[in-house]
Amino acid sequence: MNRREALTRVAWIMGGAVIGANLFLEGCTREATKNVESLFEPETIDFLGDIADAILPPTGSPGAKEAGVGAFIPVMVKDCYSKADQNVIMDGLDKLASVSLETFGRKFKALSLAERTELLAAIDSEAKDYQRNKSDEDPNHYFHLLKQLTLLGFFTSELGATKALRYVQIPGRYDGNYPYKKGDRAWAV
Amino acid sequence: MNNYTYDAIVVGSGISGGWAAKELTQKGLKTILLERGRDVKHVEDYPAATKHPWEFPHRGERTQQMIEAYPVLKRDYPLNEKNLDFWVNEKESPYVEVKRFDWFRGYQVGGRSLTWGRQSYRLNELDFTANLMDGHGVDWPIRYADVAPWYSYVEKWAGISGNRDGLAVLPDGEYLPPMVMNVVEKDLAARISNHYRGSRHLIMGRTANLTVPHRGRINCQYQRQCWLGCNFGGYFSTQSSTLPPAAATGNLTLRPFAIVTRILYDKDTKKAKGVEIMDAETHQTYVYYAKVIFLCASAFNSTWILMNSATDVWEGGLGSASGELGHNVMDHHFQCGAYGRVEGYEDKYYYGRRPTGLYIPRFRNIGADKREYLRGFGYQGAASRERWNGEIAEMSVGGAWKDALCEPGHWSVGFNAFGEILPYHENRIYLHEEKKDHWGLPVLAMDVELKENELRMRLDMAHDCAEMLEAAGVKDVATFDNDYAFGQGIHEMGTARMGRDPRTSVLNGNNQVWDAPNVFVTDGACMTSASCVNPSLTYMALTARAASFAVEALKKGNL
Repeated sequence: MNRREALTRVAWIMGGAVIGANLFLEGCTREATKNVESLFEPETIDFLGDIADAILPPTGSPGAKEAGVGAFIPVMVKDCYSKADQNVIMDGLDKLASVSLETFGRKFKALSLAERTELLAAIDSEAKDYQRNKSDEDPNHYFHLLKQLTLLGFFTSELGATKALRYVQIPGRYDGNYPYKKGDRAWAV
Repeated sequence: MNNYTYDAIVVGSGISGGWAAKELTQKGLKTILLERGRDVKHVEDYPAATKHPWEFPHRGERTQQMIEAYPVLKRDYPLNEKNLDFWVNEKESPYVEVKRFDWFRGYQVGGRSLTWGRQSYRLNELDFTANLMDGHGVDWPIRYADVAPWYSYVEKWAGISGNRDGLAVLPDGEYLPPMVMNVVEKDLAARISNHYRGSRHLIMGRTANLTVPHRGRINCQYQRQCWLGCNFGGYFSTQSSTLPPAAATGNLTLRPFAIVTRILYDKDTKKAKGVEIMDAETHQTYVYYAKVIFLCASAFNSTWILMNSATDVWEGGLGSASGELGHNVMDHHFQCGAYGRVEGYEDKYYYGRRPTGLYIPRFRNIGADKREYLRGFGYQGAASRERWNGEIAEMSVGGAWKDALCEPGHWSVGFNAFGEILPYHENRIYLHEEKKDHWGLPVLAMDVELKENELRMRLDMAHDCAEMLEAAGVKDVATFDNDYAFGQGIHEMGTARMGRDPRTSVLNGNNQVWDAPNVFVTDGACMTSASCVNPSLTYMALTARAASFAVEALKKGNL
């Protein structure tokens, strides 16, 4: 837990807690090599949905793809990300596609869930090492960003909030001694 | 030019202005409430209040466009997708930072009463004598006993929930039933009380959220999204609490889009006769006349109006003869404290989103305790179970990881200190000579900084918190200091302080401008010292007190 997270934990005092408030720090800007609009092409949304679904697959509850994370990511990347992070994402998708070909000789789409999980777990471990050791000026790792967006998109989606988590819009009361047993889902907000 | 005449003019419709309007209209004065921003109607103008998280395209996060448009707001949590309309348009209303100053403003009917933190504490007896005792600033012209009945008066109307804890350092008030601690917090409170033998206290926060129906308003529904506006009227705002009774008198005229540019000062009577405004939309000038004027435009904007008034008599504006107008800027410094993990309680959770946390009242420099700095601090915080944003070390992607993320994690607890800032004459705001706003009006320059006393205090703010958490059995305790920037507390105070002497203060003990006794300043500008408790309740009490005084004085023909 970093300092910012410690702060968001007590940010309710001021009216609301922002999860991932440090997600969208302004980065250095360079000319986009690709048009961010390309992320909105149906096959890209589908690809993003497949990646998100391998990160958070259907279990007892719906997966990230069904929850619409594939379409959510382009909106966030276009509107909220710096040019630098936009480029990281777009280059990263190409990289992921080629890693799939190199590792399994097949496109990501053609991989089984087990293969997708294996591939992404390896990339995730590489991304964690990279993020831990990089300096502030270095660009983010694309998978670090994709994973954050997947988590944000899924758990704030209608399916994620109501099926994977528990969501009550108007609780009406507060109980500070509410029973919990292993397996009970967390509150969405 | 169009001229209009009222009994009273109130400038600003936030927490203070709403109270002024309520009190003056209920006492029979025909009152115009001038608000520089747009109207915000209760319930109908809270578009985000009924939305689900997934109905926000960016799920509440900030876009690059927002970051570009809000160069100040982006510096802290207030910049977000959900209630952007409740924050000032920074391009229209810039200011100059001689030193960094984070000024988070709300220019609309209701002001920041819509977005405030709602913590409601009384200043104590010590707070009102602090300047006298240690020689910083000037002595308050009033004491706790002068304000106590007015605290009670406003608490009963506003609806403050809390416990009567019986602590001299945090005087009890008139409370609705308290909100409650969760099981972990209860145990932590008991352990802290035991360990410090009753010299430190972890208590339930006292908050302007209703725990029972109150004066036609519905009690809090535990949504914890107060700053979007509450359709139930569950927390105190101008819209939920002070505007309705003011309007019901038939004595109120609400005038949005009215930027007060100056007070019209009459040299012969040595009083104000009215105000000049610019319509924010048409840029037309209008004049309103009245017998009394209440400046409640928020601390710095009330002072800005004074600085632009009667400049033909006093170059620095009305109230500047004291040499203190614009000086003694204060806030509460925070972003400093500690957090840790609480073991056990795996079979416990909570239901509902409580809109307040706990409070640890000041314990430093109280009684026999003497530190290497003056004054003190209090803490705000809570215990909760972690949620899905936590990483899980052994797992990274996939179904097992997802299912684990769907369960609550361990309990954790954290506290953030709010410390008193001394009133330094050198900490000042002034009218910038060149820069103008969207309406061609001069803007403020901020030349304000923390000094040695505050920086020393911060060491204790972090250290004491960690010590208390450890004493309470909390594990993995870590301190934090996130480099508070002046203004971030959103508790701007000072710049037109109350005092006993017109040579060293702008206002007297009834909040009257010494040089224009029918002008009252009752918002944060009037504060002589800052205390370490959240200040809004004090503005309410001082406003009601000053309004009562003004009406009595009018009746006696003294104004």
